Amino acid sequence: MKNDILTVMWKERKGLFRIRGRRAQALLGMFSPVLLAIFFPLQEGVEWVQSPLSLLLAFVAPLILVGMSIPDSFAGERERHTLPTLLASRLSDRAILFGKMITSVAFGWGVTLVLLAIGLVTVNIAHWDGHILFYKPSILLADLAFSFLVAMLTAGAGVLFSLRAATAQEAQQTLMAVLLIPPMILQFGLFAIMGSDSGKARLQEVLGALSFEQIILVIVAVLLVLDVVLLMAAMSRFKRARLILD
Amino acid sequence: MPSGIIFGFLGPNGAGKTTTINLLLGLLEPTSGRAEVLGLDTRTQPDEVRTRTGALLEHSGVYEQLSAEDNLEFYGRIWRMPATERQARIKELLSHMGVWERRKERVGTWSKGMKQKLALARAMLHRPPLVFLDEPTAGLDVMAAAAVRDDLEALAGREGVTVFLTTHNMAEAERLCSQVAVIREGKLVAIGDPDDLRARSGGPRLEIVGRGFDENALGLLRARPEITAAEVHGDHLVIDLRQETDTAPLVSLMVSAGVQVEEVRRGKASLEEVFLTLMEEER
Repeated sequence: MKNDILTVMWKERKGLFRIRGRRAQALLGMFSPVLLAIFFPLQEGVEWVQSPLSLLLAFVAPLILVGMSIPDSFAGERERHTLPTLLASRLSDRAILFGKMITSVAFGWGVTLVLLAIGLVTVNIAHWDGHILFYKPSILLADLAFSFLVAMLTAGAGVLFSLRAATAQEAQQTLMAVLLIPPMILQFGLFAIMGSDSGKARLQEVLGALSFEQIILVIVAVLLVLDVVLLMAAMSRFKRARLILD
Repeated sequence: MPSGIIFGFLGPNGAGKTTTINLLLGLLEPTSGRAEVLGLDTRTQPDEVRTRTGALLEHSGVYEQLSAEDNLEFYGRIWRMPATERQARIKELLSHMGVWERRKERVGTWSKGMKQKLALARAMLHRPPLVFLDEPTAGLDVMAAAAVRDDLEALAGREGVTVFLTTHNMAEAERLCSQVAVIREGKLVAIGDPDDLRARSGGPRLEIVGRGFDENALGLLRARPEITAAEVHGDHLVIDLRQETDTAPLVSLMVSAGVQVEEVRRGKASLEEVFLTLMEEER
């Protein structure tokens, strides 16, 4: 199984962004995360490594990067008529599914870590005071966990849409639309709570009772549960017969 | 299906040829009945079936963004071929197909015929005892189709592989297959040696090319017991015979009836005619 997953990953890595039009799309998609990794550290200085600001990058970057690559996993193969041949091979369902997901997560998470490093370099160059600035350990841990779980979440949701979409573009559009719903609900919920004095007080009370680490742990736990649910859903939806008939 | 042969699976579009391959590969489950491939049950042992077979399905399935070498490398890894054996086999197959010098090129820049050759090499890569080929020459121009057929014939002969070939090209089946089966709307309507099918369906035949085939001449022919049918198509008179018989008296009869004979040919119905007859019978 491990060798089969590595084989799928080998092919995925070779083909990543080699498809016509995808390279330009990837460069365009990288624009926002790169801007975040340079602009915020430049503007915020020491705050970039001391406050939870870098969590924004840890959330946005894997979402965009995995969101660009994962829709192609099955929908792209279907579009290019390579899926039936792959399904007719000796590879197991799990090897195909995990090979594709791991490649996408590794790409999204890996680039996010590079971007966090770029942010660190930027803040050190722009705000050099004789000491090397580094992320606060709790912030760094949160960045690592957060970015990985967001990459997994995007990959899980992306695979679900990619398994059924006719084209990679359709899968990508659906994925992005769906991933935008939770932040929008959260935003409207916050607006509603902050609109009333009692709600505002209650929120401050709850948040005030929790430390930064506790808040991060709650978010990580929620993301972890969502990741597991999506992964299991993807595994159960991966049906060779259904993929052939689609 | 005997091993070591090219078995033709013939049928019109929508007859169920591709579905049959998908069933035999364990990609689809039968709604009823069962099938065995290499002694393996396709319903309970689909992974084993796919491990021991190769396939070139409806589309070539080659990765256009990868090179030809990487396409084969990927599938060689899938079939867990050791690296040295894999490299040697890739070189052997690409050289046989005449594309070894172009192995580093992206397949997307190749012609459809070359992609199909690569797909054929991929199906044979791990030396499976059985290969499924779903209309491998469909959509190719005459030259490309002939090249793919030549490669298929040479590879199958050299490696002793059993080939399950679906096609609706009767000339292709006639040339390549030592056994054929005909299906229509998911039902098997005939199976056997192409010669047997021709004999069973059409029997021996006499074809006379000439002029002056009038009703009188045709009436004389149709009155004879050894003749089952006599029809004129332009300057061709096609006479279907009940059994092998001496045809010289029939030619004399035509000459005496005023027919100007230019050429006389003996033969059997073509596989295409047998196929069309079977399709008609089923209606």
